[in-house]
Amino acid sequence: MPVLTLAQAVSDGLNEAMKKHDNALIFGEDVGKNGGVFRITAGMQETFGENRVFDTPLAESGILHMSVGLAQEGFLPIPELQFSGFAVEAFDALIAQISRQRYRSGGTRNAQITIRAPYGGGVHTPELHSDSLEGFFSQIPGLRVVIPSSAYDAKGLLLASIESEDPVFFLEHLRLYRTVKDEVPEGYYTVPLDKANVVKEGSDVSLIGYGLMVPMAMQATEKLAEKGINAEVIDLRTVSPVDYETITASVAKTHHAVVMQEAQRQAGTAGQIISEISERNFMDLDAPVARVTAPDSVFAFGLAEEEWMPDVNDIVAKVEETINF
Amino acid sequence: MNISDVNFKEIVSSYADEFPTYRVLDEKGNVVDQKAMDSISDEELVKLMETITWARAMDERVILLNRQGALGNYAPGGGQEASQYGSVLALDKKDVFAPTYRDVFTAVKFGMTLTQAFLWFKGHYKANQYPADLNMYSPNVVVGGTPIQAMGNAIAKRMKGEKQIALSLCGDSATSEGDFYEAINFAGVFKANLVAVVQNNGYGISVPTSHQTKAETLAQKAVAAGIPAVRVDGMDPVAVYYTVKKAREYAIENGPIVVENLTYRFGPHTMSDDPKRYRSDEEVEEWRKKDPLIRLGNYLKEKGLWDDQKVDEIYEQVKEEAKVALAEMTKTEPQKISDFLKNMYAVQPQNIQEQIAYYDAKEDN
Repeated sequence: MPVLTLAQAVSDGLNEAMKKHDNALIFGEDVGKNGGVFRITAGMQETFGENRVFDTPLAESGILHMSVGLAQEGFLPIPELQFSGFAVEAFDALIAQISRQRYRSGGTRNAQITIRAPYGGGVHTPELHSDSLEGFFSQIPGLRVVIPSSAYDAKGLLLASIESEDPVFFLEHLRLYRTVKDEVPEGYYTVPLDKANVVKEGSDVSLIGYGLMVPMAMQATEKLAEKGINAEVIDLRTVSPVDYETITASVAKTHHAVVMQEAQRQAGTAGQIISEISERNFMDLDAPVARVTAPDSVFAFGLAEEEWMPDVNDIVAKVEETINF
Repeated sequence: MNISDVNFKEIVSSYADEFPTYRVLDEKGNVVDQKAMDSISDEELVKLMETITWARAMDERVILLNRQGALGNYAPGGGQEASQYGSVLALDKKDVFAPTYRDVFTAVKFGMTLTQAFLWFKGHYKANQYPADLNMYSPNVVVGGTPIQAMGNAIAKRMKGEKQIALSLCGDSATSEGDFYEAINFAGVFKANLVAVVQNNGYGISVPTSHQTKAETLAQKAVAAGIPAVRVDGMDPVAVYYTVKKAREYAIENGPIVVENLTYRFGPHTMSDDPKRYRSDEEVEEWRKKDPLIRLGNYLKEKGLWDDQKVDEIYEQVKEEAKVALAEMTKTEPQKISDFLKNMYAVQPQNIQEQIAYYDAKEDN
């Protein structure tokens, strides 16, 4: 089985989607001739033609609003936002139009749109290119927010997102693009949305996260094993809506939970998960549910990025605190 | 010429000259553009007159119903009939129509039912449930949200080689939104079959157009997108109808175009607005002289194609239609929270399933 980076797996998935769905369109800034600034769509314009893979003017609101009309006309839009930090330019399209299309029309119209965008820190980008905005996106009813942490998931979740009749915001972590490598089957397959993945089974504590936090948690489990702590790792895969069943079953078994996110602490995904755990698993818990997050400042200026972002040691420390509560 | 010779003031002074205001009928109903008039049949003109009379009668009826508390808040359209209905009547059924909250009854003339129009103002999701072959966005409350969504449909029409357009209605203040520019700019790049109609009624609630932009015309905003625009007398139903038809043909062949209709709303912004705070009675009276019903009525009466009895009949008909729609509205099944939840996703995730179960149990009691 071929071993691909997460970036290559996304490309592979897009190629499969374009082959399977004649009506699928890929568009955005620099996705055509240039193949995208991360080369995700490299070669695709030659393969599928300028009518199906094309550049747009540099305007995020236009790109996402355009998707609404294209979807209504029977196309399957897969727009790319060059960086998710610039999705704020397109919030009207996201919140006021795309995500409420189905609700507003009383279930008679869908917005089958898969928005792709890179996000996340660790590669020393300029300001706004590294922000983790999934907390914002998760608060939008009607929108699915999907974040893969492996190459296998990236391809399968992307294809499931494109198949989904609901709009999906598909976020690809910048640092994972080329640091993650794993086996990816050739051809078409999907990984179900709304289903968390137990990446590693364990008995003592549930580590719950997504994106970059998943490989970090996996590294943490090795250090924790040395300390005699057997941690379970859950990759949410879909950040909104969340698969609480998998989380609940895990916490019922381990009695301890640490929720991790790269984003700032205030009003984030982790806060939401912890709140649900405390409602659903209160009697199971031997310790308060803990959080590993970035501080509540704006994403760090490049030189201080490593200190600002949560890392493996933060996870290990928080787990020990929780176990020794 | 060299930069040292350029007088910056002179550059701007000629912008507005490029966009004269065209009309076909003057305020009294005299023909000023015979060639345009000759291209429209008597049947079309009578239908136009019937439609704007219906619209005026409905506007008055709905204001009355609103005051009686029978309907929700309402954004009156009185005065803008030429602009609204002249546009929608120029469309083919397979075109895409994107109206705003002020064009709800205009949408009825494209295929929304009257009961749905009433429900729209009351607030019920059934107002927006259209059959698959009704190519219309439900009336949008986002200022600037109509042209930018219609742009996507219009690009699709070009890509599919279809001989149809997408037509959006928006107000003057919508052109202050960045999305208006993105709409026409994208449309230009992709040669989209878009007719973006701007209904310039002079005010965004209370703020006059002169405070929305330094541009003397809104049509000239199209220059920046490299696409054509025309400005018409938006109180002249024939001018709007003729222009939008012509713009439609142009858009199918060549790409996007902006049509600016100079119009006026006789009533308030919505029923909770008091226009006396920002405009004078004299100004309203001046605009009432330009009433679209007067000019087309005069023209058709002169030709023996219209009389006051027809107006009375339409008013009676509207009264009856409104009565029926009101009764149907009252009979509409109340909404359940579980209905909303069911309409959120095509496949229901866990949180939605849990909440449907919760509200189902609660609402059954």
